[in-house]
Amino acid sequence: MDTLLVDRRAFLKVSLVAGGGLLLAYELEGPAVAQADGVFAPNPFIKISPEGGIVIVSKNPEVGQGIKTSLQQVIAEELGVDWKDVKIEQADSEEAKYGPQYAGGSTGTPTNWDNLRRVGAAGRVLLVKAAAETWGVPEAECEAVSATVRHRPTGRTLRYTELVTKASTLTPPELATVPLKDPKDYKVIGQAIPGVDNPKIVTGKPLFGIDVKVPGMLHAVYEKAPVFAAKVASANLEQVKALPGVKHAFVVEGGEKLDGLLPGVAIVADTWWNAQSARKKLVVKWADHPTAQQSSEGFAKRAAELVSQPPTKTLRNDGDFDAAVAGGAKVVEAAYSYPFLAHAPLEPQNCTAHYKDGKVEFWAPTQLPQPGRKLVAATLQIPEDAITIHMTRIGGGFGRRLRNDFMAEAAAISKQAGGVPVKLVWTREDDMHHDFYRPAGFHFLKAAVAPSGKIVAWKNRFVTFGDGETFASGAGLNDTEFPARFVPNLRLETNIMPFGIPTGPLRAPGSNGLAFVFQSFLDEIAVAAGKDPVQLRLDLLGEPRIVTNPDGKAPYDAGRMRGVVELVAEKSGWGRKLPKGTGLGIAFHYSHAGYFAEVAEVGVDTTGKVKVSKFWVAGDVGRPIINPSGAINQIQGSVLDGVSEALHQEITIEGGHAKQGNFNDYPLLRMPESFPVEVHFKDSDHPPTGLGEPGLPPAIPALCNAIFAATGKRVRTLPLTRTDLRPA
Amino acid sequence: MPYTLTVNGKSATVDVPADMPLLWVLRDVLDLKGPKFGCGIAQCGACTVHLNGVATRSCVLPIATVAGKTVTTIEGLSADGTHPLQKAWAEMDVPQCGYCQAGQIMSAAALLKTTPRPTDPDIDRAMAGNICRCATYVRIRAAIHQAAGEPPVHSTRSDE
Repeated sequence: MDTLLVDRRAFLKVSLVAGGGLLLAYELEGPAVAQADGVFAPNPFIKISPEGGIVIVSKNPEVGQGIKTSLQQVIAEELGVDWKDVKIEQADSEEAKYGPQYAGGSTGTPTNWDNLRRVGAAGRVLLVKAAAETWGVPEAECEAVSATVRHRPTGRTLRYTELVTKASTLTPPELATVPLKDPKDYKVIGQAIPGVDNPKIVTGKPLFGIDVKVPGMLHAVYEKAPVFAAKVASANLEQVKALPGVKHAFVVEGGEKLDGLLPGVAIVADTWWNAQSARKKLVVKWADHPTAQQSSEGFAKRAAELVSQPPTKTLRNDGDFDAAVAGGAKVVEAAYSYPFLAHAPLEPQNCTAHYKDGKVEFWAPTQLPQPGRKLVAATLQIPEDAITIHMTRIGGGFGRRLRNDFMAEAAAISKQAGGVPVKLVWTREDDMHHDFYRPAGFHFLKAAVAPSGKIVAWKNRFVTFGDGETFASGAGLNDTEFPARFVPNLRLETNIMPFGIPTGPLRAPGSNGLAFVFQSFLDEIAVAAGKDPVQLRLDLLGEPRIVTNPDGKAPYDAGRMRGVVELVAEKSGWGRKLPKGTGLGIAFHYSHAGYFAEVAEVGVDTTGKVKVSKFWVAGDVGRPIINPSGAINQIQGSVLDGVSEALHQEITIEGGHAKQGNFNDYPLLRMPESFPVEVHFKDSDHPPTGLGEPGLPPAIPALCNAIFAATGKRVRTLPLTRTDLRPA
Repeated sequence: MPYTLTVNGKSATVDVPADMPLLWVLRDVLDLKGPKFGCGIAQCGACTVHLNGVATRSCVLPIATVAGKTVTTIEGLSADGTHPLQKAWAEMDVPQCGYCQAGQIMSAAALLKTTPRPTDPDIDRAMAGNICRCATYVRIRAAIHQAAGEPPVHSTRSDE
């Protein structure tokens, strides 16, 4: 039986997944509605009319994950239409109509795969029935192909657009029992279809939040304190108001909650440039704030102290770690750490809002529109149904736009400016100084390996951030994180440091740091035990089986992971001899319901410069791969993104604020550092799951393990610039 | 004060502050949203346009220095989106989020004008100023090769 292995780490998606199935049953009660203009709309996702043709509505925000194309392929397939005949429309945020609408947790595919096939099939069934009734023939003698119903015995045909009126009088079928296509008959699902917005992207059409233009709109900038949530003590507003083009300048009160409306000074002008020019003359005195002394250096020092003190809590304690270490042949110990990271989506945060008479209309690039609505309702104290949200295409999210601070700001500024529509655009520096950072982490590991090469004991003391015993967002560790449940004597402990830094999920949250630590440390154990790194991993995974908690929860399919490890080893030619100064490294990781193993081939020159020559990826995300083109693009991007984090990226907290502000001091990977990524998907008998995230985590440890193979130098802290990789 | 320049083949006169960067003139005055704001310091290349035929970062270019010159944006690269790079980009499905791609295409178009058959090192040099946060570099490289009329130098897709 196929079981969707929902990743427990992303709490967000679990709560949002729940209830997803009810909506369509609700929507499809009663007859399909024939609208006055002759549109057949069997459900909110499909509109067919002679004038408008076949329109499929895309429910989720498009952030670069390709969902605006792939989910519509699913509907089109079951509806029985050719892709070339379909127009795609972006939905507004209306969850009562469409169900959960968000981009996060790589959940778009698994939570919609079943529903949207049924949505499409329901439309097809109605149209076939309409044709059969028109002809007075049994439905069983009819088939739907290319938006046409054909009567097999006579060869008669009717186009969908000719069946609109008749189909609209029929009662839609039960979604739960609507017949679905046999996958062997798929014509649209499984095709490498280019993104639906590609023609507009390559011709520069306005698509993104930052491109929005509404009548009467003014442009806003918003200056916040470098120290998160510090209040405005004073500002030279009168001088700023007198500057060219400036229409309004005011203090926004704001609050203390880091993911809400923070205090600041808004400048509203006729053009963004005039607003930003005025901002350069703005002088703000910020009130003192208790977090002004925080620093990355201080956190690291504190972490080193905490490791010799008792843990805040013990997450897991299997067997007897101490006894196993005492009896173990070889003990391996190491300390690992990784820094705060920014999301740095290329489209800076922005939002257009129009507050009028207690209502707000938004044009918002948000990954999570519904919580944005709640935040704005709470901030402005207006009802949720007074808020309309148009979802724009999004110039990159990576988790940053799961927070909706920019929506609260735009709405508050529009209101305070007297109800004028306002487009708020942050600078790159605003974006990097006011991110919800991937939290830094400090891991102190100890393991014992028996003479047989079996890992018998594993301990991880994880020093992280949070409040009391509660982890900060993105700073947690699951008690089921691999190798938990695969090593008999295993202890996971944490110390949780209080702090005042906004943090949040960055693509593959948790996993993007944990995989680096655990898969690198496994390599250290392999070296100490004199075992091949692939063999050590296969031995640790053991026989193909599904490992669960005693209550059956948190399943981990050892067989699926073995499958991708073996596949990537084969494809990369694992074990082959390489010239001096080059090496192969392997790593695997399970997250977001996806099993991924990756091999990096890396060269390190005499100056310590790292050059990646190639990556091989094997992934198991079930089947079918709905859109192979988008799927491969996601994985290639994930791997390069992971390598970019490892090579360059670090946000340093100094004096309570982020030191880096732009791409000159927070470099991202560029073309000369790019490399080929060969992607293989394992054809496995499981329903399809998402691809936005699970390809990233193994890339970093695969890279670091390859560096070790090339140089004998172990990378235990990121980014790589912190380690001297010159040959000894 | 008023400045006159040629944008996508048409003369345009704009009355804006002398220090207003070309990017914001294009986006907010002439309503050409193709060039994008990414960094404001000529680090990311999302704002790339052609100035007298040369790939230029418009976010740091004061309008006063552009008067009398010829500017081409992504909107003016071809009349109907059929420049070989635009076709290759769309067909090979290069974009993920798509935000940087207008800038990438403008840098690539400048490269192909001077180097019709670029090698991988040529591409590295010409494209180093353009960041793709989604890291679609593998396909950007392949699309440039395709637009130049040659097969990719190395296989970039497992399904090839």
